[in-house]
Amino acid sequence: MEYILIFISAIFVNNIVLSQFLGICPFLGVSKKIDTALGMGAAVAFVLTLSTIVTYLVQKFILDPFGLQYLQTLAFILVIAALVQMVEIILKKTSPALYQALGIFLPLITTNCCVLGVAILVIQKDFSLIQSVVYAFSTAIGFALALTVFAGIREQLSMVKIPKGMQGMSIVLVTAGLLSLAFMGFSGVDGGLRTLFGLN
Amino acid sequence: MNYIKIFFNGLIKENPTFVLLLGMCPTLATTTSAINGMSMGLATMFVLICSNLAISCIKNLTPDMVRIPVFVVVIAAFVTILQMIMQAYVPAVNAALGIYIPLIVVNCIILGRAEAFACKNGPLESVFDGIGIGCGFTLALTILGSVRELLGAGSIFGIHLLPETYNILLFVLPPGAFITLGFLIAIVNKLKKA
Repeated sequence: MEYILIFISAIFVNNIVLSQFLGICPFLGVSKKIDTALGMGAAVAFVLTLSTIVTYLVQKFILDPFGLQYLQTLAFILVIAALVQMVEIILKKTSPALYQALGIFLPLITTNCCVLGVAILVIQKDFSLIQSVVYAFSTAIGFALALTVFAGIREQLSMVKIPKGMQGMSIVLVTAGLLSLAFMGFSGVDGGLRTLFGLN
Repeated sequence: MNYIKIFFNGLIKENPTFVLLLGMCPTLATTTSAINGMSMGLATMFVLICSNLAISCIKNLTPDMVRIPVFVVVIAAFVTILQMIMQAYVPAVNAALGIYIPLIVVNCIILGRAEAFACKNGPLESVFDGIGIGCGFTLALTILGSVRELLGAGSIFGIHLLPETYNILLFVLPPGAFITLGFLIAIVNKLKKA
């Protein structure tokens, strides 16, 4: 039950892009077409889940026992960068089809702040390993959902006439604001579920 | 003279938020009030100046192949220093900005300036570029924070200006960040063409 709660809350209530503002760059950058949005979403889901497991283990078995918590930022960013490189090499060797689909998005993910953000959030929230994995995966689903919905809206938006001053990033940001407003309709759902499952 | 030009280039012509559209995550997330926006801008400026200086000093020693990882490590080291300083001297600001302080590491402005400016220019020019871009970022965040605070809570820097009946709560919530920035960019676009 607890995992369902984490799942729902990470996708809808505290959506990583629309309410926590992590991963805005790819959200605005690669959301012009639904296809690329889906590809990016899948790549993020893969890397985010994997990197959260690795950084969690690094924190619990290397940083914590030796009292090196202050190296967290440095260690995490290096682990994530190395991991993304490794995933890229392995995919290229073992599954060319998947590499074709996700390849171009992988280098972009290192600087995607939602990967480092989730790695740090999981430690701050004091999750167990399974909770962390569920949280990371559902966050990535939330990211992919927001990205795909937004790409759908932008495809429609490209067909209408927009006032000169609002063209480009301006109208895109206002649209993102309206989408974020729509997602705010989910706020309170997690509290309701908590009561329903009797977790209070 | 040249240094003044570099400074104003970063502040206005290449303003990271309104013109280059870089570093959107902290821009949107931390500008719930003018003071939060300004603190985030200053924190980023500190890291930017230090990393620009360090990178322009070591630019001839780093092989081109491992350039990016080296830059990332330099930036992460300065962010860690900043985190420690903030925890020690301004714990309240540190708590308000939360996770966005360690996330300065992945702020594209800093890596972007390292790539585009610091690894091609001398230390002194790079420091001025850091100050210019940093001030541009701080200015943009302060403006965005002020507008959101004024519309959402009726005050600027905590000084009440509007009665409570006129507060629009939406503007301090996440959607308000996107909408306010969208309209501010529209205004900047209009001013640029005029």
